[in-house]
Order: sequence, then C-alpha cells, then structure tokens
Amino acid sequence: MMLRINNLKVNYGGIEAVKGISFTVPEKSIVTLIGANGAGKSTTLRTIAGLVKPQSGNIEFLGEDITGKGAADIVSHGITMVPEGRKIFPDLTVLENLKIGAYLRKDDLTDDLNLVFDLFPRLKERSWQHGGTLSGGEQQMLAVGRALMSRPKLMMMDEPSLGLAPLIVRNIFEIIQEINKQGVTILLIEQNANMALKVADIGYVLETGRITLSGTGAELLADEGVKAAYLGAKAK
Amino acid sequence: MNEKNRNINGVITPTEKANIFSNSLGFIKKNWIGFTLLASLYAIILVLEQVLPVSSMLFVVLKKGAIYALVAVSMNLCNGFTGLFSLGQAGFMLIGAYIYGIFTIPLEARAAVYQYFDGGIINFTVPVPVALIMAGLAAALFAYLIGLPVLRLKSDYLAIATLGFAEIIRAFFQWDKLGPVTNGSNLLRRFPVFSSTLYPFVVSSICITIIVLLINSSYGRAFKAIRDDEVAAEAMGINLAKHKQLSFTISSFFAGVGGALLAMYQTTVQAAPFKAAMTYEILLIVVIGGIGSVTGSVLSSFLFIACSEWWLRFLDSETYIGSFRIPLLASGFRKVVFSIIIMIIVLFYSQGIMGTNEISIDALLRFFKKLFRKGSKEEAT
Repeated sequence: MMLRINNLKVNYGGIEAVKGISFTVPEKSIVTLIGANGAGKSTTLRTIAGLVKPQSGNIEFLGEDITGKGAADIVSHGITMVPEGRKIFPDLTVLENLKIGAYLRKDDLTDDLNLVFDLFPRLKERSWQHGGTLSGGEQQMLAVGRALMSRPKLMMMDEPSLGLAPLIVRNIFEIIQEINKQGVTILLIEQNANMALKVADIGYVLETGRITLSGTGAELLADEGVKAAYLGAKAK
Repeated sequence: MNEKNRNINGVITPTEKANIFSNSLGFIKKNWIGFTLLASLYAIILVLEQVLPVSSMLFVVLKKGAIYALVAVSMNLCNGFTGLFSLGQAGFMLIGAYIYGIFTIPLEARAAVYQYFDGGIINFTVPVPVALIMAGLAAALFAYLIGLPVLRLKSDYLAIATLGFAEIIRAFFQWDKLGPVTNGSNLLRRFPVFSSTLYPFVVSSICITIIVLLINSSYGRAFKAIRDDEVAAEAMGINLAKHKQLSFTISSFFAGVGGALLAMYQTTVQAAPFKAAMTYEILLIVVIGGIGSVTGSVLSSFLFIACSEWWLRFLDSETYIGSFRIPLLASGFRKVVFSIIIMIIVLFYSQGIMGTNEISIDALLRFFKKLFRKGSKEEAT
C-alpha cells in the first residue's frame, strides 16, 4: 500500500475539520475523495502535505510514518500537491514556475522539463510569459506540470476542475489519467464527483469530517445515495 | 532577468543550485559587454575627476548616488523580491557606519575623538576593506537575531516591528554607558574617507553584482516564489522560515556595507540622522525605481540624489529677476516640490520607472537592432 491513513483527526481554524478518518491509497491507482464544501477534503490533503499538523492519528507512506513532518520533508519523500485554485506564481515565468517545482532536487532537470512540455505543448510555447498572464486552463496545466517536476510518487490534486470550462475539465482529467499511466499514483479531491468517480479506481465519500461510504468508482457512481447527494440526479 | 533567461531556451544546467561564486566566472564570460560598460564607466569617472573641479556637485551626486543605489538594491532584495516589508534599513546602516568608524579611526586620533571617554577602549585598527566587511557582518548578525522573532510577522506588522528595532538601535548607540566604544552621542570622525569618487562605485558595483547573482540563482527564485504565494511555495518544499531569514540577513549585510560607505562619504558619524526618515527616503527610491527591479533602484537612486542635492536646489534660494522676487522660492520650498513629485509618482506611476522589468544588455541590443532594421526599411521604400 502506498499511503495509509489511520484514524486521522485534524483541527483547522478552531474546529475539528477531520474527525478520525482512515483510508488507503494503493500504488499506481487513482483514488478520489468526494464531498461537499467543508467536508474536510482540503484539510486532509493539507495534512498529508505537511502544511497542517494533525491532532492525532498517523500517516504512513510506503511503510514509513510521516505524520507531522514538515512540508519540505514530505516533498522530498515523493508526495506533491497541486493546490486548490492552482496557486501558480503569477510574477514568475512559466519556466521559473516549473523550476520551483523541482526546488529540492539537485540533479539535471532537462528530461523532466521535456516531459512536461511533451504533456503540455502550450506551456512550451508560453515558457517566457509570466504565470499570471495564462488562462485558467493553462494555469492548471502549469500547476500540474510544476508538481510533476519534483518527480512525485504520489500526486495529490485539490479541486483541479475548479472554475474551468467543461471542455478544459475533460482535458485535465485525460491528462490526469495519462500521468497515472506513467506510474504516478493520484489522490484527487473533487466537488465535480461525476468526473472524478469516472476516472477513479477507488472513491471515498467524506461528510463533515467522516468517511461515510467507499467503493470503486463505478460502484459509487451507481449508488443511489451518491447520485442524489453529489451527482445531481433527482431522488425518486 | 526574463530577457537573460531567454537564451537558455528551456535547458537548465545541473549546477544551478551550486554556490553562487563558482558560477561567477561563467557569469563574467556571459556578460562581458556589461563588464566592459562598467569598466568604461569607471574610466569616465576617472577622467571627470581630472577635468572638473573637485567641488562640482556632480561628484556629490555620483558618490551619494552609488551608496544609495547599494542600499536601495539591498532593500529591494528583501522588500521587492522576497515580499518582506521591512523598514529597518536605517538601523542596519547605522550599525555598519559605527562599526566602520570605531575600527578605523587611527590610534593617534583616538584621544581627540574620544575626548570624553579617555580615548575609548578599542586599541587597534583594521584596514578599510576589512572594516567594510565587518560592518556588513555586524549588521547581518543583528538582523539574524531580530529576524528570529520578527520574521514570523506579516506585512504591516513586520514593518512596525523592524521600524521599532531600528529606533532602538539608534538610541542604544547613543547610550552614555557605551561611550568608550561608540563615543556616546558625540561624533566619530577622522577615520579614512574616500580618496576618489571611484571608491564607492567599485564597492557598490561589486555588492550589487553579488545581489544580482543571488537573485538569479535558485535561491532568488525561491524568494520570488515566497513573495508571490507563501502557501504554494511551502507546498513546493521551500522552507519559508529559512529563506526569509536568509533574504533578510543578506539584505542587512549590504545595508551595513552601505552604511559604512555613507560614513566615509559624510566623513563623520553620529547616530542622530539615521532616523526612520532615512529609511523612508530609501523606500521612496525603491518605489520610484520599481519594486522588484534592480536596475530601477539604481536609476532612481541617482535621479533622487541628483534632484534632492542638485537640480532642485534653486527652489530653496530667493531669486530675483530684475527687482521682481519670484514668489514661493524660499528655504524649504524644495521639500514641498519634492513631496508633490512623489505624490504624482505614487498616484499615476505606482509601478515606478521600471515596474519589475530590468534593463539588460540583450534587451538593449534587440531594441537597437529593431530600430536599425526599421530605419533601413524606411530608407528602402
């Protein structure tokens, strides 16, 4: 198992945002956490990334306990995050943004840059523009490319479809699958449950800090409760 | 910077992270045009010194401009490139100025300088270059220590805290009990001063080159990332505390060196003038030049000093045309005009002269090439 979360509790902004959740992420899979606003999805990701310290519980990555380690340490373990709202660096060029993604690596970056540019030819064309001048979709590509530059084993994505046009969302999800095929495990959180469950091997439903349902992506897609709550189907 | 990077065209050397100094040889090779220009600038200054009278205002502007350029660039490193809004610059300059003065006053002059403190308690002097480095190190050490608590603060809180510390330093150096070292509130004087306008130019340009190398290194990129988005920078594995501390300390090092140069320029040192007003002056230079632009800071330093020391002086003296006295021109009016200019700049050109752009040789060459091509096309038609 690549990532194992055991009974994780996290306080965030004075409230208990995550109330003891446990889940696992198998190697080379796409796993998604779905849930409404405030369910604790983002807090979970931020805790794994080392940006927030958990109250209790533990996080195991490739058999090693990484609970409470700093963000830099987590990145060098091979876990990287594509933050919510993309959070690219607006006043750095596209190329500089990508290089920052590889900040903790000291080896040659040429291969990785070429890989990212193959995946996103648009970024190569725009490598000299400031990140802030890109369109929303291009910024999302840049955020994904930047995350790939650290050569992650596990890539966590916080709402990659947020604020993007449906066509671009589909494009982003194709790329997520492509990256996954190249051997990177993906942990995805989404409000766009339909899209996320279609690509996911395993899905977990998070409600107010607790996991209430789990199954394969297809199972959850077919689940009446999930349909009613997250997929916009009318309850019969 | 962007212009310079354009040459690399996506390929990155593996040694980028390696220390800055081993890269400097390659840097010199890559920027030989820049170094030729710098050398010819030095030559022009030498020639000017032979041709013009020593009392010419031009030398005042050149000397003080070069010193302020260094201090402004150092402030820009911290405020503009790392996004740490620090207002402690005058305090760090004061430390630099005092350290320089204290350790370079010749032994035979000490009895006269420290007349109220039995000649002081420091009984040795160090060479000028060593004293300059000591000045920087002392300022850096102090910055490191106050940075530990203060850099946890954000934006305006950081500004207030650093401003407060700078004032404390000023009071501390005037403390009577420290008299045997700092000469209390009396002047430090008779230490070595500039023999040529070239001196501050050479020191400043070396220091600014080092800062530019730092900004263009992977550390500089991390600074800019922190400025743009702290959370994302942290998620990329950048240690926020360490990098903020690094930027703040290095910025203060060069402010200390700048302070020492200012002492040499003024020929005397006293704590009193290193007030918040001095920090504001430097902040203005940074804002006018463009926050996040090294060349902008340098340009605006010389402009600012030229205006305040030279070009706008006439506003302060009563002037008559025939028997008609031109109204408003009187002592102090210069400051009024100056404040109005600054207001106009802040209101209408808040990006400053350069914004975050830089003047680079590549860009200049391209500009001239374009101009030339356009010219020849027009001739052809």
